[in-house]
This record gives sequence, structure tokens and C-alpha cells, in this order.
Amino acid sequence: MDFICNLPLFMIIASLFTAALCLLLKRKAAYMVHSFLMVFLIVSDALVLYYTFWNGHFTYKMGEFPAPWGNEIRAGVLECLVLLVFLIVMLCSVAGGYRYLIWEIDESKHNLYCALLNLSAAAVCALVFTNDIFTGYVFLEILTLASCGLMIATEIGRIVLAGVRYMIMNLLGSSLFLLGVVLLYGITGHLLMVPLHDALAVISGDPSMMLTVTFAIGVLTIGLAIKSGLFPFYFWMPDTYGWSTPTTASFMSSVVSKAYIFLLIKVYWRVVGIELMDRMPIHLIMLTLGIAGVILGSVSAIRTNDVNRMVAYSSAAQIGYIFMSMGIGGRAGYIAAIFHLLGHSVTKSLLFLVTPRLEEVSSNSMVFKDLQGSGLRDRASGLFFTICSLSMVGVPVFAGFSSKFLILLAGWERESNAVFSVIIIALAVSTALNALYFLRTVIRIYSHPEGEEGESAPRHKPEYLIPAWVLVAVNIFLGLFPAIATSLLDSGFSMLF
Amino acid sequence: MRDRLRAWYNEELSGMEEFLNTEERPDATRVERKSAVRRWQEQLLANPEMQREIQIRQKRYHTLYRVVAVFSCILFIAVMLYVIAHFPRFGFENPRADVVARRYLDEGLKETGAVNIVAAMILDYRAFDTLGESFVLFTALVCATILLRMGTRDKEGTMCPVNTFNTSLDNILNGVGFFLIPCILVFGVYIVLNGHLSPGGGFSGGTILGSALIILSAACGFKTTDRIFTYKRLNILSFAALGFYSLSKGFVFFVGANGMHNPIPKGIPGAILSGGLILPLNIAVGLVVACTMYGFYSLFERGRIGHA
Repeated sequence: MDFICNLPLFMIIASLFTAALCLLLKRKAAYMVHSFLMVFLIVSDALVLYYTFWNGHFTYKMGEFPAPWGNEIRAGVLECLVLLVFLIVMLCSVAGGYRYLIWEIDESKHNLYCALLNLSAAAVCALVFTNDIFTGYVFLEILTLASCGLMIATEIGRIVLAGVRYMIMNLLGSSLFLLGVVLLYGITGHLLMVPLHDALAVISGDPSMMLTVTFAIGVLTIGLAIKSGLFPFYFWMPDTYGWSTPTTASFMSSVVSKAYIFLLIKVYWRVVGIELMDRMPIHLIMLTLGIAGVILGSVSAIRTNDVNRMVAYSSAAQIGYIFMSMGIGGRAGYIAAIFHLLGHSVTKSLLFLVTPRLEEVSSNSMVFKDLQGSGLRDRASGLFFTICSLSMVGVPVFAGFSSKFLILLAGWERESNAVFSVIIIALAVSTALNALYFLRTVIRIYSHPEGEEGESAPRHKPEYLIPAWVLVAVNIFLGLFPAIATSLLDSGFSMLF
Repeated sequence: MRDRLRAWYNEELSGMEEFLNTEERPDATRVERKSAVRRWQEQLLANPEMQREIQIRQKRYHTLYRVVAVFSCILFIAVMLYVIAHFPRFGFENPRADVVARRYLDEGLKETGAVNIVAAMILDYRAFDTLGESFVLFTALVCATILLRMGTRDKEGTMCPVNTFNTSLDNILNGVGFFLIPCILVFGVYIVLNGHLSPGGGFSGGTILGSALIILSAACGFKTTDRIFTYKRLNILSFAALGFYSLSKGFVFFVGANGMHNPIPKGIPGAILSGGLILPLNIAVGLVVACTMYGFYSLFERGRIGHA
């Protein structure tokens, strides 16, 4: 085995070790350790991506016991590519929101905040690499708890309230996921994905067990859907994202909820298998809920009068897109889902970083009226906001356009007129709604204020500008050359078996 | 339609502006501004007309909520019962689902050197899950500390916990604690150290150790525990335990996956020094659990650990 195959293990262990180490450090040292960790993670993940691209996927025993007895992790092109985007977004969101972290978090608690960041990095790595559904559950728990801690770190009343709600919804989701895992273990006796898949293929031949299997997978799906904020369960979202500090908001909206979705996709493809999925009604339910989420999330975003909450509600709509595209089914649908997941993670994280800057030059108000002309006072942030908005709406050149186009193509390949027409209508309506509320904000921030000129922007530091440009570059790259990403994703999906 | 669009664009329905202008300084920070919005909403809700409408809506919502809740619970229970009926019977062998469990029982002692198969399973076969699980506890401790520990901000303010009920003056508690706490501590240490030989291990033993500390601080006052447990020492202890845990397990995973020889001796099964890494790992887990238990209690009771 090549030495590079050890890197996923080193990534997880290093994040866990540095999380414990952060307890002993002061603020600056803790952020230093966190940044070094993130750079290490990104570099090693890029190396593993390169390795798997040429040599194919590999599984890695955690300990001396092989597959059905011991734990395992697994790396392939798909996992490495998704993780690479997640880690870049995470580093950028910490760097871009650093200014607000210093203001909003108590001086004595920065090291704890860094510890939580490192823990969530470990959890994200483990969730993406896992080859064992129970390992998935354990790290899902770490991610839930850590993100709750990141949220309440600002310690204002309303965010604690939002944190409690987030906690309750997420624990409900975790316990449903655990119930699904337990049911699967009860009927098959396996937890690792490959033996579990083989056992399920045998069991599902028995028609009397079909309901049990469907119920287990359904419960697992609902659990992860609650955690990622699919349509009927998105009401924890606006407060959570709208009130926490920008770093937390961008990290949670673009990495945490997406990591749950990625785990779900991995369970579908590696545990259930796509033939068995087609025999269950789960895809249809996901399609319906996804479309409902797309429309209703946008409607809620239009009705709110607070920029932060608007951006948060639009997250709910985008999660709807991802589930809708998964609900189309087939490899094309899932590729479109992951493409949208990546594009949205890059866009939404930047939106959450930029919005507070615009508020800052409008005397810290988040009401639309006060934002008038803020794009003129803070040119850079205004530009970033416009780019992200255009990407969200789905204007060509940006990632949003490519992903919507891919979703459309996936619907076309399905060769079912009903599904295709429903998808076309949903995409058209939601694009119009997106344009309505995002472009209103863009027009608002670029129109001249009526009264006196507000205060001009402070000089931006490179720690904000560099991450923002990186995110914009990834966004435009995904938008201009979607074929590169989709061919990588395609080879990743063929490695999933 | 056009007028309504214009009103929507101009936010004319909002009375928040005036409130914020009277309430807040112009240089208010983002957080202060946010809490002002909250106060504005509360003021709006205090309006009698608003309250009446809210009551009506709440009533409708509650009826709907109850109906949906009862319906979904009944549905869930029914499906669960059906699913359970198709399960293998409890206590009987199920050849299809027993492959892994059989192997643990048959080969566990030989492969790991631990008499207690549960310890062998969680700390050797599926050690990665347990590594994550002990970090779950650590995450919970960090979250509780962030939320409850008084920071530099709170010290300036008036927030100060008041001890309404001082148990340390109670003679009975003091006396019973004097005899009981050493026994509980010894019992906890026994459970931790014998985790690979008999039922128990780091998680259960650590809980007992932690409860001994909690009883000590309840019976004799925080003064006694503060002499040993300061915030800094607790952090160092957690770091030492978790750092050792993650690094040693990382080493074992590395050695195992690369097919190298594992240099850690398994020992004679049944002896106290056996089972490879299981004993030291149990000690580390026990320490983390004990710290977490005591930390939770101290944070919830008075918002700090040790003197600060």
C-alpha cells in the first residue's frame, strides 16, 4: 500500500488531536493551529484526490481487523472532491469572518471556538470518508454538537433560543437516523457498507421483508432530511443562520447541512444500491418535498424584511433543489445534486460573509431600506454580493446556471414526461422567485441613498478579500467548465461500487 | 399590484425604523442592533389587537398541531409494530445475522487478549467508533463551557450566581460523605482498571468517579474540590487523556492497516496487565468522563470550574 493511503487517517487523527490541544492555547495560538490544520487537511486531501484519480479508490482498515469485523474508511474521487470544496469553504469562512469573531466572541472563549472548529473538521472528514454507517452516526453526533456550540458562542439571548430549537430538531434527526441504522443491523447483522449491501440484496428478495427495509431506509432519510433542512423541517433555519456570527452561519449553511446530504447519498449508493432504491417510493417523496421546499423557501425569503433571514431562507430553497435533483434518480440526477451542492456551498458561504459587511456600512441595520447605497460605500462587498446573487438566480457564467441546467438534463434523461414537465415548471417558478428577491437587494444596494451619504467602508484586509476571491473563482470555474467537475463526479460515482 | 410591489420594495409596512432610531445609539454594534430588533418585536406583540390575533392563530395552530401529532404517532407506532414483528426473535440464533457477533465471541479472547468481550469489541474491533464517541463527550463539555462559563464580559456586569442553599454546613452530609466518598472512588478505580476483565470500563467507571467528585463538592462545599480541580488543571487532564487516546489509536490503526507487527504485547488473558492497549485506553476514557461529569455539575451550579 502506498504511503498516500494513510493520509485520510492522519487527517482525522490530526484534527481530533488539535481539538484537544486548543484547550491549552490562547486566542492567537489557537487560530494559528486551526489554520495550519486546515492547510494540512486541504493539501493532503488534494494529494489523495490526485492519487485516487490515477489509481482508483482504496479502502483502509482502521486497525488490524478486516472488513466485516473492524472499522474501515474509504476514499475515492467523489469523496475527495466534495471534501476538498468543503475544506476550502471552511477555511475561507473562518478567515473571512475573523473580524466579527473577534468582536462577538468572549475573549476567554476563542480557544474553545477553535476546538469546536477542529472537531467539526474531523467530523466532516470522517463523515465523507466513512465506510461504516455506525461511524457515520458517531461523527454525525460530533458535527451536530459542535455546530450547536459554534452557534451559541456569541451568547446573545435569541441565539441561545435558536440553539435550543436547532438542538431539538437535530437530535430528533439523529435519533431517527440511529433507528434506521439499528433496524438495518437487526435484520442483517452488519454495519459496514459493503457486507450490509450484500446482505440487503439477499433479504430484499423476500417480499415480506420489503416493508422493513423500506421503513429503515425511510426513517434514515427523514432523519438526515431534518438535519439538513428539507421543506417541512426548515423552520429552525432562519434564526440559526440569521443570528449567529458570520463564520458560523456560512460554515453551517454550506458545510454542515451538505455533509449530511453527502452521507445520505453515500448510504443510498453504497448500502441500498440504486436498483433497490428504484423499488421503493423514496425518490418520489424526495422529489415532492424538494419541489415544495424550492417554492416555499423562496416565498418565505420574499416575505421577510431582514437581509440575513432572507439569505437563510434561500438556503432552504437551495436544499430543496438538491433533494429534488436526487429525487429525479439515476446517476445523472445524483451528479446534478452533488454539483448543485458544491456550487451552492461556495456561493452561500460567501453571501453570509458579505451581508454583515454591507450592514456594517449601513449603521449595522439589516433592514432593506437602510442598505440603500451600501454597495456604493463598500465596493468590494457589493461586487461579491452581486456575483453571488447572480449565481443564486442562475445567470450563465456562474455555478448556479450550470447546476440548474444539469438538473434539467437529468430530468430529460428520465424519459418520463410527467417528471420532466414538473421539473421544468418548478425550475422556472423558483428562478423567477429567486430573481425577485435577490435582484431587489442588488438594485437596493446600488441605488443612491436619498439623504446624506453614509459612512464609507473601512479598508478591507487581505484576510477577507483573498478568501472571497477564492470562493468567487471556484464559483466561476464551476460555472464556466462544468464538464470538468461532472466528469470527475461521474468517475467518482462509477467507483462507488 | 404596482403599488403593492412598490410598498414591498420600500418596506413601508415596517415600524421598526423609528423604534430603532429612538432606542439605539447610531454606533450600536451588530449584536446590540439585533437585540433591539427583538425588543421591537416584543413591543409589537404587547399591542392588544396584535395579541388577540395571535391568540386566535395560536388556537388554530394548537388544534392542528394536536391532530397531526396524534395521527403521526399512531401511524409511527403501527408501522414500528409491524416491522418488529418481522424481526428475528429475541434470544434465538439468527444464522443470517450472526456472522459478526459469532466471530467476536469465538475469536475475541485470542485476538485481543481481553476477557471482557464488550471491551474487546468497543476498544479493539470497532475502536474508531469509540474514539469518536469519547470525542462526543469532549464536544459536549466544550459546548457547556462556552455557554455556561462566565467570561470576561460577564465579570464586568452584575451576573453573579447566588448560593441559596449551602449544603457544606450540614453535619449528616459531611459525615456520610467522609466515609462514603473514599469507597466510591476506590470502586470507580476498580471498574476502570478491570474494564478488560469484567463488566465495566472507562465509560461506566468514569461516571462513578465523576459522581464521587460531585458528592464531595455537594457535601463538603466547592472549597474542597477547588483545591484539586482548577479550570487549567481540568483542561490539562482532558488534553492529556484525549491526546494520548487519539495518538495511540492512530498509531494502532496505522500499524494495523499497513500490515506491520503490532509492538504492544497482548499479555496473559486474565492478568491485570493484559489486553494490549485496552487498559490504558480505559484509563484515558475514565479520566475524560470523570472530568466531564464534574465539569458539567460545576458549570451548571455556579458558572465556573475552580476559582475562575
